[in-house]
Amino acid sequence: MSDTASASVVRSRGLRKHYGRGEGLVRAVDGVDLDVAPGETVAVMGPSGCGKSTLLHLLGGLDRPSGGEVSLNGRRIDDIGEKALARMRRTDVGFVFQAFHLMEELTAVENVELSALLAGSSTRVARRRAEGLLGRVGLADRAGFLPSALSGGQRQRVAIARALSNEPVVVLADEPTGNLDSAATLDVLRLFESLHDAGQTLVIVTHDARIAATADRLISMRDGAFVDETRLSGGTTGRLGALVGLED
Amino acid sequence: MQQEVVLAMLAKEPSYGYQLRARLRDALGPLGDAMNPGQVYVTLTRLEKAGLVAVERSAGGADRSDRKVYALTPNGQQRVAEWIAEVSWPRPDLAEFHLKLIAAASAGLGDPLTIVDTQRRELLRRLRDAQRAAMAEPDHSDAALLLEGVVLRLQADLRWLEACEQSWTVRRSGS
Repeated sequence: MSDTASASVVRSRGLRKHYGRGEGLVRAVDGVDLDVAPGETVAVMGPSGCGKSTLLHLLGGLDRPSGGEVSLNGRRIDDIGEKALARMRRTDVGFVFQAFHLMEELTAVENVELSALLAGSSTRVARRRAEGLLGRVGLADRAGFLPSALSGGQRQRVAIARALSNEPVVVLADEPTGNLDSAATLDVLRLFESLHDAGQTLVIVTHDARIAATADRLISMRDGAFVDETRLSGGTTGRLGALVGLED
Repeated sequence: MQQEVVLAMLAKEPSYGYQLRARLRDALGPLGDAMNPGQVYVTLTRLEKAGLVAVERSAGGADRSDRKVYALTPNGQQRVAEWIAEVSWPRPDLAEFHLKLIAAASAGLGDPLTIVDTQRRELLRRLRDAQRAAMAEPDHSDAALLLEGVVLRLQADLRWLEACEQSWTVRRSGS
């Protein structure tokens, strides 16, 4: 167990988040044990209200657990002070949200460089790095655009570039394709795959089966707890052609 | 492959068999990999016997089917027009799986939820393969559009499995 603990980028034990009390007690997250290995893409799937967003917030230190442990990169974050937690969020975690959460009055490149500037980088270094990240998400030619001039898929790619700006140990994504059409979803999936190939650790909570199907590991969540875990290794029973009536 | 498909591929202009194959390959992308290369020629020979296509000319007078230029006959043109206007759609066979769950539960042959889980994994694997293939296609390719159809259908099937899971969970806890 200790070997797993030291090798895990994200680790939780008995993680709980309860709201209310007595009759009104809600167990949003109810005893979650999770180990995410370096470079792994893990998808947590479940119906809305199953607690998956709350779980993601606990893993990234956006919210405090009611009980249990969370560690990032081998360091406990459930029992540290607010200042240390804020620093950890800034340096170790990249967040991606369904609604993008870009600053509407800043251009794409300004959105991406913002966190590096806040962390103390020089304007030149931050800008160069932000431009590089926009290139990585295929938006080098959109650097000077305001979010309102970008499509939903492009905005989400800017948000992913921003999430990568401080070289986080893990990117946590909450329904990243929830607001996107098929083509934009495909772009985001391609991007996640390229991040995966580059060794980035990813935890994605979603109800989008397309993301789940392309992850290394798929965890099903119900009523605040993990109920099933799947590695989609191995081939299908048929070939692709069978899916469109081209063969039996 | 339906004869009408080969027939319709010929409607654009008289063509060699290999040209028809190339059109199918472009339209199907990786989904066409399963096609037997000889299938188009077999189908063309059948269509010729049925009087729906005719050999317009043979290069070098050879009798080999890969040297022939095929064209639609008037009957063939009519058949293509009918086929284009036809309303047909593949029937999803959900009843079999539905009855499997009911039979398994009522006769105690298996746990419906386990059966749903196994089926879900299989569909997720198919979705993964279709999604990977779609990600590898250039934007706006014909094959990408077909793969999107595959992905959307699998998503619909997965949603139905979710409904099955919920229903059988309730039934189990109720009994």
